[in-house]
Amino acid sequence: MSALGELQKLKGRSAQGKRETKTAYLFLAPWFVGLIVITIGPMLASLYLSFTDYNLIQVPEWIGIDNFTRMIGDERLHGSLEVTFVYVFVSVPLQLALALGLAVLLDRGIRGLAFYRSIFYLPSLLGSSVAIAVLWRQVFGSEGLLNMLLGNFGITGRGWVSDPSTALSTLITLNVWTFGAPMVIFLAGLRQIPRMYYEAAATEGAGRWRIFRSITLPLLTPIVFFNFVLQLIHAFQSFTQAFIVSGGSGGPSDSTLFYSLYLYQRGFQNFDMGYASAMAWVLLLIIGVFTAINFYASKWWVFYDD
Amino acid sequence: MTTETRTPDLSLRPGPAAAPPPMWPSRLRSVLKHLALIAVALVMLYPVLWMIAGSLRSPDQVFNAAGLFVADPQPQNYSDGWNAFSSPFSRYLLNSAVVVLGAVLGNLVSCSLAAYAFARMEFLAKKTLFAIMLMTIMLPFHVVIVPQYVLFSQLDWLNTFLPMVIPKFLATDAFFVFLMVQFIRGIPRELDEAARIDGCGHGRIFFRIILPLMIPALATTTIFTFIWTWNDFFSQLIYLTDPDMYTVPIALKSFIDATSESSWGEMFAMSVVSLIPIFLAFLFGQKFLIKGIATTGGK
Repeated sequence: MSALGELQKLKGRSAQGKRETKTAYLFLAPWFVGLIVITIGPMLASLYLSFTDYNLIQVPEWIGIDNFTRMIGDERLHGSLEVTFVYVFVSVPLQLALALGLAVLLDRGIRGLAFYRSIFYLPSLLGSSVAIAVLWRQVFGSEGLLNMLLGNFGITGRGWVSDPSTALSTLITLNVWTFGAPMVIFLAGLRQIPRMYYEAAATEGAGRWRIFRSITLPLLTPIVFFNFVLQLIHAFQSFTQAFIVSGGSGGPSDSTLFYSLYLYQRGFQNFDMGYASAMAWVLLLIIGVFTAINFYASKWWVFYDD
Repeated sequence: MTTETRTPDLSLRPGPAAAPPPMWPSRLRSVLKHLALIAVALVMLYPVLWMIAGSLRSPDQVFNAAGLFVADPQPQNYSDGWNAFSSPFSRYLLNSAVVVLGAVLGNLVSCSLAAYAFARMEFLAKKTLFAIMLMTIMLPFHVVIVPQYVLFSQLDWLNTFLPMVIPKFLATDAFFVFLMVQFIRGIPRELDEAARIDGCGHGRIFFRIILPLMIPALATTTIFTFIWTWNDFFSQLIYLTDPDMYTVPIALKSFIDATSESSWGEMFAMSVVSLIPIFLAFLFGQKFLIKGIATTGGK
């Protein structure tokens, strides 16, 4: 802050401060109303509902921790957790590895950078649309594009989407396909690495791989961490693609029943709103725990250069 | 963070590639690199191109051609698909456009006001409120969706666009508040202080000075809100059940529910139509999108 600002702050701080608080709250009023009415209020309400039996029509009936004990015995819920974990912990690392690899290839002023970056980024914008999920269903269908291409090599494919052992992989592929957004963040991070580090290493005779391992990667760990946290939270909430590819069922045999999809089925198809609320809070807890673990573990592998 | 314009000077310096003994001649290496990049780009875009080709194919061709060449284009897929629903497809495009417009307007107004307060004003509990705002960015929507649904249905807002639009006027997309705070912090404070000495209050500083200077951040917000709202599926799925109120994603979803193998050409045609607005937003707003995610890490 400039000296002028400091001076003004000294003069009649309290009177001005009070007036400024009032004005500031005016600016914040829409956000504040939203925070209470759209976010915090509903959060508390859903916490309450998670201890009730509620079907939208009758008054919620308090049933204590019944919803949570029911979750312990709910096989479909356990299945959906497993599906979600596999999806998150396979697709996010793959997506980030691809993003990092291509970002490194694109760094160092390669010709046509803007062109490549645009092409790689485009799927990130398209990936969450219904249209692309529809396309995916066709590409990996039994008579789909993939099997036609495999047919050219004399390989008989299967119905990737209709086979429970491969259906989830098609969704993982779709998430990996949207690696462009983290790639752009990596590219921005790479620009921050001082060139002199590379030059020093090169004069020492370090090879490309060595430079990547010892300079690029350590200096990029804060960005890796940032991308990881972001994509993890995002992937835990995936819904649209599984819904469209499985026709809303999470099938075949619940192999694409994402946690969000199961929550939707319980809440908005069976109107078991109490149970859906309990599920939502468990999800919040899971995401919270993994984010906390991430932050905690980051002490050992994230390197800050200042 | 950095701008895109810094790269060219790199070629003038001895890059790291020049110093160690290269495994291949650097010319060959660069050609291989480009070939690899082009291969990746082709693999990535191929399904989308195949969909565009498929949108022009007759039903028996769609599942018999892996290539992109369309020998006998069937543009009537577009007109047939357009009229395959209970209302013409333009109806759903219009509905989506209304939702998007409302959401964009809401985010621009409410987020910029909140961002100005967080970036430029001193007030009680500022740090706490800012921390809460940041936390709401990470909040999974599941923990609010049930009570929101109850609230909006009691307000009789089901089958209206209000559940998708009104929250945006209340700055619930905190991500954009954060993006704008970051941007305003980069504007020199001397500008506000000069205006304050001239007797401007916060209202005028905001409208006359900050708002015009933050147009790039507003553009980024507009484009992201546009694309995310256009693609949004969950809330439109639960709030819009009357076919007249369907938006594009919901119309497409009901189309696959009802469709048979024979109308995949039409299905692809309408899918392509639904992606055109996103593609245009991408084409014209790229610069702002790339900057926006590079500085704040949006999707």
